[in-house]
Amino acid sequence: MIAQDIRGAILNILSDIAPDEDLSGLKDDVPFREQLELDSMDFLDIVMELRKRYRIQIPEDDYVELRSMASTVTYLEPLMKDVQAA
Amino acid sequence: MYDTLIIGAGMSGLAAGIRLAHFDQRVCILERHTTIGGLNSFYRLGGRNYDVGLHALTNFTPKGTRQGPLARMLRQLRFGWDEFSFAPQIGSRIAFPGVAMDFSNDFALLESEVGRCFPAQKDNFQRLVGRIVGYDELDLSSAGQSARQLVSETISDPLLVEMLFCPLQFYGSAREHDMDFGQFCIMFRSIFSEGLARPLAGVRIILKKLVRKFKDLGGELRLRAGVNRIATEQGQAVGVVLDDGSQLTSRNILSSAGWLETMRLCEDVSQEDERRAGQLSFTESISILDRQPKDLGHDRTVVFYNDSPQFHWEKPNELVDVRSGVICSPNNFVYEEPLAEGVMRVTSLANYERWNALSEDEYRLEKLRAYDASVASAVRFVPDFRAAVVDTDMFTPTTIRRFTGHENGAVYGCPEKHYDGRTHLKNVFICGTDQGFVGIIGSIISGISIANQHLLRASSGVGDHDQAAVSNG
Repeated sequence: MIAQDIRGAILNILSDIAPDEDLSGLKDDVPFREQLELDSMDFLDIVMELRKRYRIQIPEDDYVELRSMASTVTYLEPLMKDVQAA
Repeated sequence: MYDTLIIGAGMSGLAAGIRLAHFDQRVCILERHTTIGGLNSFYRLGGRNYDVGLHALTNFTPKGTRQGPLARMLRQLRFGWDEFSFAPQIGSRIAFPGVAMDFSNDFALLESEVGRCFPAQKDNFQRLVGRIVGYDELDLSSAGQSARQLVSETISDPLLVEMLFCPLQFYGSAREHDMDFGQFCIMFRSIFSEGLARPLAGVRIILKKLVRKFKDLGGELRLRAGVNRIATEQGQAVGVVLDDGSQLTSRNILSSAGWLETMRLCEDVSQEDERRAGQLSFTESISILDRQPKDLGHDRTVVFYNDSPQFHWEKPNELVDVRSGVICSPNNFVYEEPLAEGVMRVTSLANYERWNALSEDEYRLEKLRAYDASVASAVRFVPDFRAAVVDTDMFTPTTIRRFTGHENGAVYGCPEKHYDGRTHLKNVFICGTDQGFVGIIGSIISGISIANQHLLRASSGVGDHDQAAVSNG
């Protein structure tokens, strides 16, 4: 997967977690916590969805990397480079 | 071999089941009763649908709210807000002799009512609210502190103190007389700051949605499958033995049966302290009317009443204590279409042992008496609806005990909660009422949070399971 696919995968997870949110205007460089008011339970969910869907393990110390779309994509790029885009 | 066996198909067990099944665990929910629901259930009698437990959903917040328990529950279980057709309350009331304060889902109403009824307490009330808003439920330093003491330090008119405690205790206090300050804050927010609503189709719609989601995710639900005991070996559970003698093995067990009830199931526990059982139970007198309550001049959703300046939150010595009660009309929510029939439900404190000691004939007679006494007491605070009654039903503490298995029919469980969900066995956890959250949303959050904390973390063994799946594949 390249950056754009990873962004799509994260959007997909977010739209499952928060089906009532309109994600079309999501700003990549603004923290999820600010834009969507996600809490720690939601961040854990993103981690678990990544594990479930792509078998990616994210150590607890790295959860901070998931603060915004931009940082998440940067962090996941090397981890997901061998994942086939759907 | 299951990853997790869940005891009890109530709100908390189903919610936990959804979380676990969603993340690919092999899960089975075991329910002794013939139907789901536990403390929040429903039944059909004489062609009518009745709800048990749910008067109103507390913690209600409007669509688009991103914080708070309802929003969290929807996200964690992957539901959209619209799926439940929530209808907000019209407005509720706390009625004491000579003074009645209304409240609604707009907190400003309660503030202005306090100002109207207790002008001298206006600033004190604001200070109390500030303290409640600032309360961090994860900060355990004030856990166990007496709410009555803390609230009385801020509010100097004892009548206002009693009026604030009445709804909060009725809707969720397992402890007699007083509340834990943390619990007080949680209840205050859920009822006054957030608010009340009801799905158009009642509690069944929530349960049905939960069950459908659980099954769609591959979860197994077994009714008439009571757990007789939890089999243990060297400090951990290895599985359960059902009432019919069959055995199931599992890596983890999550019980929503209640604390004492779960301890009693554990093979390695010889005696549990009965004195720690909850004591507070209820009767509910349900009246079906030939017209809508508003045609009798009654538009309140819930009325919490007490007939003297002091409110007594304790197990009565008699079968029922009708000095106080809760009157709920399921009709008085903002629905698009009115409900077909008018309904008035009156809840009163009741004594389980007294009800349980009655013979069958006495029981039938006392039910009629308790219905009459509860309704006669209630109509001092709402328009007299008795001439409009076309059908009645009633449940008592023994009904609750029979259908939920909860000791003493104690709806809110034991006074001492187990917030971390742990037991003496490292792979047995509890969720539901005795874990510490109450109400519909509360019990759902309880199931979710215990599942997340103990059963979904990589360290809980689920990660190992994933590893195994990967290496085998």
